Amino acid sequence: MLQALEGSQAIAQTVALCRPQVVSAYPITPQTHIVENISKLVADGLFKCEFVSVESEFSAASVALGAAMAGSRAYTASASQGILLMAEVLYNIAGMRVPLVMTCANRAVSAPLSIWNDQQDSMAVRDAGWIQLYCADNQEAIDTTIQAYRIAEKCEIPVMVCVDGFILTHTLETVDIPTQEEVDAFLPKYSFSRTLDPRNPISIGTLVSPDFFTEARYSHHQALMKAQTEIIAADEDWAAISGRRSGGLLSIIGNPDAKIAILALGSVLGTLETALEETPPAEPVKLIKLRSFRPFPIQALKEVCNGLETLIVLEKAISPGSGSILGMEVMAALSGLENPPKIYNFAAGLGGRDIPLEVLSQLLEAIQKIPSGEFHILDVNIEKLPLEDR
Amino acid sequence: MLEIRIHGRGGQGNVVAAYLLATAAFEVKRYGQAFPNFGAERRGAPVVAFVRIDDKPIKRRNQVNSPTFLIVQDQALLHVPGVLDGLQNSGRVLVNSTLNSADLSREMGRELVALPASSLAKDILGKPVPNTALLAGFLALTGILPVDALNQALSHRFKGDVLQRNLRLIEEAAHYVPHNQWKIA
Repeated sequence: MLQALEGSQAIAQTVALCRPQVVSAYPITPQTHIVENISKLVADGLFKCEFVSVESEFSAASVALGAAMAGSRAYTASASQGILLMAEVLYNIAGMRVPLVMTCANRAVSAPLSIWNDQQDSMAVRDAGWIQLYCADNQEAIDTTIQAYRIAEKCEIPVMVCVDGFILTHTLETVDIPTQEEVDAFLPKYSFSRTLDPRNPISIGTLVSPDFFTEARYSHHQALMKAQTEIIAADEDWAAISGRRSGGLLSIIGNPDAKIAILALGSVLGTLETALEETPPAEPVKLIKLRSFRPFPIQALKEVCNGLETLIVLEKAISPGSGSILGMEVMAALSGLENPPKIYNFAAGLGGRDIPLEVLSQLLEAIQKIPSGEFHILDVNIEKLPLEDR
Repeated sequence: MLEIRIHGRGGQGNVVAAYLLATAAFEVKRYGQAFPNFGAERRGAPVVAFVRIDDKPIKRRNQVNSPTFLIVQDQALLHVPGVLDGLQNSGRVLVNSTLNSADLSREMGRELVALPASSLAKDILGKPVPNTALLAGFLALTGILPVDALNQALSHRFKGDVLQRNLRLIEEAAHYVPHNQWKIA
């Protein structure tokens, strides 16, 4: 049903429709409204589940892990410092191949302290072994949350649904909340092949000697790469029920034959799309909306970049001392192309700095002045810095 | 597309005002987008919220830097740098103030419409929360959405006595501004 809802409220209602039996969370801005709304649904008797209020994010992830191992569909959500405090558990959840779903309400990481949006937090745990799907709007956050449970449980890999903090979580807009019947038709009852069972005891997450650790990592990596098929299938199957696609692994906005492309993750794509519509550049530009960052869709990316002359990567995170995170991966993925595009890497919107509509013209101007392959922060104002820091 | 910026202080229901306005747009089958820009998360700190209303889905996520309308929930904020920034030349400002519009306009050196939202709210709600009274004034001035759409938006958010008092408040507040003075063709 179409409703005007705050993103967090829409996500909370969607989580309830997925029928997790255990939700465990510790509040942190800008995730707070998600778990607040879930706990209210539980308190009002509208959502039957065990809501566990814990004392830290470490425990939030641990309780969700235990619940999923014990045979319950489970959920948690966090952001920023909370994600970092969870980091050890996130690696364990993934390493034990536990099918959990969590929302990351993307926020900058301290220091300096910032409560505002960028994507440093989920990037900081990109190697934890989770699937990471990025949402461009609140409808995608709804649809991706539902798909995430299917993907997680089919692949036995946890899924992190990344939603830009404030920009999506705190935005009220029109969304279509699916019916319980639609979600039930899509999501089978929770099942996990290694559910703990006292009648059939097994060890999990145990000490593994060098004889097997490499194979464990290999199989985990292979499972993530293979999960690409299930990410696409989940989006297609949900489209058959809902009529909506969230963009599979990646999708193209604009003229597919354009020779210039901008690749980005998350909510900035809406601003870029509007900029393209309102101020169409002299040469056609297409947008590559990357939805799946893990697994990184190397083959799909190669296909959409074939014949491309210029590729601009725009990201909301930074690897100090190297520069681009997303850009590095894009360059590595495309290095095998016969005629790879010139690639320009930019960060923008760090710590909540607004990305205006002018971002499109700023990017197109900036690449005229710099060699390809370099990394720059598009919206840095170096006048604010002392001379020695410029 | 209409762009509205709402300035207030933490605790004045700034974000709720933005959400109510966007929800009212939704109620009449238009598209609304509302989001806050928080400073420090505490009562009294300046808070800005943005609203867009259009007849088609709104995809942009950037902040509203050149609004057509400003709603200012605390008269003192008119003196805070940045509050009037970017307002379009034809832009209009509605201010929560017990001064009359002519006096306030003279004091600020620009045309403003004043509405005693806090005092009305104090009388009717028992609390000086100015947001819904200002919304009622805004709808009366602009005619962009029917008052009934705001009634429906309120009834989604509030129940019982609080809802009834708010409905009374918005009916009363609408009398304090010239109707359709800011009407958009």
